[in-house]
Amino acid sequence: MAITMTKGQAGLTGNSAIAYAMKQINPDVCPAYPITPSTAVIEEFASYVADGAVSTELITVESEHSAMSACIGAAAAGARVMTATSSQGLALMWEMLYIASGMRLPIILTDVNRALSAPINIHCDHSDSMGARDSGWIQLYSETVQEAYDNLIQAVRIAEDESVQLPVMVCLDGFITSHAIENITLLSDEEVQGFVGEYNAKTTLLDTDHPVTMGAMSLPENYIDFKFQQSQAIARSRETVLKVAEDFGKRFGRKYGLFETYRLEDADIAIVILNSAAGTTKVAVDELRKKGLKVGVLRPRLFRPFPFKELAEALKDKKAIAVLDRADSMNGFGGPVFNEIRSALYDAEKRPKVVSRIYGLGGRDYKVKDAIAVFDELKAIAETGRVETLQKYITL
Amino acid sequence: MATLKELSKQNELLTGGHRLCSGCGIPPIVRLVLRAANGPVVATTATGCLEVGTTIYPYTAWRIPWIHSAFENAAATISGIETAYKALKKKGKLPGGDKDIKFIAFGGDGGTYDIGLQALSGALERGHNFLYVCYDNGAYMNTGIQRSSATPFFSNTTTSPAGDVIPGKQEWRKDLTRIVAAHNIPYAAQASPHNWADLSKKAEKALKIQGPTFMNVMSPCPLGWYTKPEDSIKWAKLSVDTCYWPLYEVEDGILKITYRPKEKKPLEEWLKPQGRFKHLLKPENRNLLDKFQARVDLEWQRLLDLDGKRI
Ligand SMILES: Cc1ncc(C[n+]2csc(CCOP(=O)(O)OP(=O)(O)O)c2C)c(N)n1
Ligand code: SF4
Ligand SMILES: [Mg+2]
Repeated sequence: MAITMTKGQAGLTGNSAIAYAMKQINPDVCPAYPITPSTAVIEEFASYVADGAVSTELITVESEHSAMSACIGAAAAGARVMTATSSQGLALMWEMLYIASGMRLPIILTDVNRALSAPINIHCDHSDSMGARDSGWIQLYSETVQEAYDNLIQAVRIAEDESVQLPVMVCLDGFITSHAIENITLLSDEEVQGFVGEYNAKTTLLDTDHPVTMGAMSLPENYIDFKFQQSQAIARSRETVLKVAEDFGKRFGRKYGLFETYRLEDADIAIVILNSAAGTTKVAVDELRKKGLKVGVLRPRLFRPFPFKELAEALKDKKAIAVLDRADSMNGFGGPVFNEIRSALYDAEKRPKVVSRIYGLGGRDYKVKDAIAVFDELKAIAETGRVETLQKYITL
Repeated sequence: MATLKELSKQNELLTGGHRLCSGCGIPPIVRLVLRAANGPVVATTATGCLEVGTTIYPYTAWRIPWIHSAFENAAATISGIETAYKALKKKGKLPGGDKDIKFIAFGGDGGTYDIGLQALSGALERGHNFLYVCYDNGAYMNTGIQRSSATPFFSNTTTSPAGDVIPGKQEWRKDLTRIVAAHNIPYAAQASPHNWADLSKKAEKALKIQGPTFMNVMSPCPLGWYTKPEDSIKWAKLSVDTCYWPLYEVEDGILKITYRPKEKKPLEEWLKPQGRFKHLLKPENRNLLDKFQARVDLEWQRLLDLDGKRI
């Protein structure tokens, strides 16, 4: 894949940008299995391998379960490892996701978000990565192609940080971001290499002079202690995410945080929403602001670990908030993001009203008018202090 | 090949003190295979008795780098490890400098014939450089003797119980060694721990070959077979002498029987001491015993027909 670049800029799809970032990172091993809409990542990376543009060993495994299993084996052997998947692929990996994080292996996975069957559907929603939210992986969400590219490069540093040592999942919206061409700023190979640095695993299976046993059975005497350490590590990663973002910003000028706010500071009402739909919501915000309405958006970038304190701080003074989830926690108390945002706000002095709206499942369009309708509802809630419908589906 | 005396002087790479049952067939198999590596070796093990019995934290019986990941993915795990080795070797980044490392995956019959078959097939097809050793004790022993597709005909297991109407497992076992050989890998063999010389020779050969190799090894299990621990090796030998478990290899496509019993023993001699076949010895079940014997004879004849031939 030849990328045409003008002054460091190139028009790339999300998938091409991810494949290109992988090329620049040049991981040691990439076990991979295709699935729409992330297939192009694997295909384009396979051409980088075939053309000798990377020194990576590609393993074209026979399933995603084996892809993650091979990632685990390779990472345990001290390799820098990356893969990509979507939907059913991530679901098939589910068992292994827990083993990757439990063994503290800094594996990087791109999840191009897609709905889960049944009915089978290849389009965007977040059911796949939300299903993995308790698996101990750090999760970064990306609104744009640029952010997906930047997130993947930062993910390497986050995962491999000595105080973290955990796998990282970078999520971007299937088709909407993975297949749309965006003009993005690319870093040079040297800049990427300089940023990610060389990986030297401390403990590896290949150090045959110092044999280690990994994946031992653990009984009640120590299992919970391992889990405690793991939870401490993922909690620590919050700082690492910020530290890495700061260095990234310093070197390359693009700034990232735990979340992004858009015209939020003085807003009375707000929508919290992940990934590409935040862009649509921002357009709605601009329209409504023209009419004098104080509206804003908060877009979480880091969902695991969940930065509940900072999120609560950013949202605590709002009168009404709608959390829009592109995944349903079937008949739970609202969508997964809603659930956590509302919980985070429980201790706020003046607790905002928070409602759950499920939108866009299986690629259903979410339009500016949908965002405006939600803001209209929020306006009424803010004025009356009354919530008519706590949770519902929109974009039906 | 090393003599028994020389072998006995080597360091055990799987130490004693592990928690596998006394009389278990697995430890001698693993030790013979690891000795055959004769150099740096890295291993993985599927979930099952070997894994559980050797690594209860904070203890480990392994003196080599070893990893357990899950039940169905030993072949995929070793694929990742072996590929990491290739990648890091290429970059001159192997810890302790450049060296030749052997890669071995161990799995039980459940982890190999059943849930791990896809991962195994994939790894064989991709041609990774590793030896896969299946220890076949004929059931999911670690979880309490449930049937697998390797369980012998009519065997009494907890999920194929010998009941009043159904007399144990109704299906003939899957012929995994032949299925593996059909991947056209350079080497596949069947072995048994009672014949240590045959087993060691096969392991040495397999580990010298570049590319995927496979060994299916009979592994007596006193707990699941309802036999005495001290007799395990005897029953391993009888499984071979009755031709239930023939010793053979398929090297570069040529099948070779590596041991022919001088006198083929009646199957009943192997079944009789094992509690899992107790119901077969009832007079009313004579027909089942005959059926079992007839199938063993047929399979043995098939193998004899193929001996020395390209398959
Ligand atoms: C995905 C999954 N399914 C089921 C199990 C439960 N399980 C653990 S070991 C085992 C049986 C192992 O049988 P086998 O491979 O024959 O090894 P053995 O116990 O005989 O040593 C089973 C069913 C598991 N750990 N993982
Ligand atoms: S149950 Fe059987 S296979 Fe498992 S350790 Fe005991 S004897 Fe060995
Ligand atoms: Mg078994």
